Amino acid sequence: MSTSPTPTNGQPDEQPRDAAFWSTHVTGLKVSNVPSGALNLNVEGKLVNGPLQGFGRMWQKTYRVTLHGASVSAKEVIKTWKEHFPEFWPARNRFYGPLTGIAPGEVALLNLTLTGGIKLSTGVLVLYADEESFTLMTPQGHIFAGWITFSAFEEEGSIVAQAQVLMRANDPIYEIGFRLGMYKEEDKFWQHTLKSLAASMGVDEPVHMQAICVDPRVQWVHVKNVWHNAAMRTTMYKMAAPLRWIRRSRR
Amino acid sequence: MPQANVVMHTRRVTPTTSIIDIQGDISAFAEQELMRAYNEANTPTMRTIILNFTGLEYMNSSGIGLIVTLLIRINRQKQRMLAFGLSEHYQHIFELTRLNDAIKIYDSESAALAAA
Repeated sequence: MSTSPTPTNGQPDEQPRDAAFWSTHVTGLKVSNVPSGALNLNVEGKLVNGPLQGFGRMWQKTYRVTLHGASVSAKEVIKTWKEHFPEFWPARNRFYGPLTGIAPGEVALLNLTLTGGIKLSTGVLVLYADEESFTLMTPQGHIFAGWITFSAFEEEGSIVAQAQVLMRANDPIYEIGFRLGMYKEEDKFWQHTLKSLAASMGVDEPVHMQAICVDPRVQWVHVKNVWHNAAMRTTMYKMAAPLRWIRRSRR
Repeated sequence: MPQANVVMHTRRVTPTTSIIDIQGDISAFAEQELMRAYNEANTPTMRTIILNFTGLEYMNSSGIGLIVTLLIRINRQKQRMLAFGLSEHYQHIFELTRLNDAIKIYDSESAALAAA
């Protein structure tokens, strides 16, 4: 294996067209700003996990809405989506974006509420962002390992807004959760998001969904991901709140 | 949707090894071309598919997703995927998305063929 290729595409120091759109981040995640009210757990120092590093079955899920009648370009849709990303989310789920907005390499905090009221504090890395799409990648401990790409493009004379998830449940506990109903919750989540985005442009159209099981096998080699499970860690953190309060009051 | 700005050629080097030469952009629009090239390369005796990225000019996150789904498809056929010709920038992207955990990258065609 080598790390010194000899490509013939362009000069050695010539940057490809996509160079500015990718995160340069590879090591552990770093949260540069913790907004007021945000819980910063399970993100600092964590590595990102792609769909190859997850435990469960691999799914590709595509949610799309056609913005019939809206006089917007694909670039305008993505600009709006980036600027108002948290506002399109369902209630009780918070996305604390970076001050600089959604840009390659930025890290956002997520405070989510799962089925049964379970709280989960995690985050995402902005893996890729250009004028017509952006991609968020999840860290160790997140519900799933993989990424979500949000894009807009023209199709048959109308602009289509799309969210596409490529993922595996990160560990066996999440995989069981998904099979017991979390898949439906996730579908509702992104359908709500796309509906809200469309509504912000004065459009009321149904959201269409396509789910493809890319790999039906689970990856037992990644069973140890459970150590990072953010739902369990957040629950333990919440349960220990009285102890932290007593410790602080004794100081 | 825009046209795919990519051309892929398949070379059968041995009965068990094929190379797919990629020239152009890998984005969501490259899906059909990539799958066509793989189907052309895939024979009952095929064991190793090598992707030649020397002519890669652009790749976005949807393109990385295509490589992942192709990798899964190849692995399910009990085949291996290798790669060569990635510039430093695209090697970084493979590292960032952790594709390099699953795809071995070589610096030349001869090195990839020797490992096949």
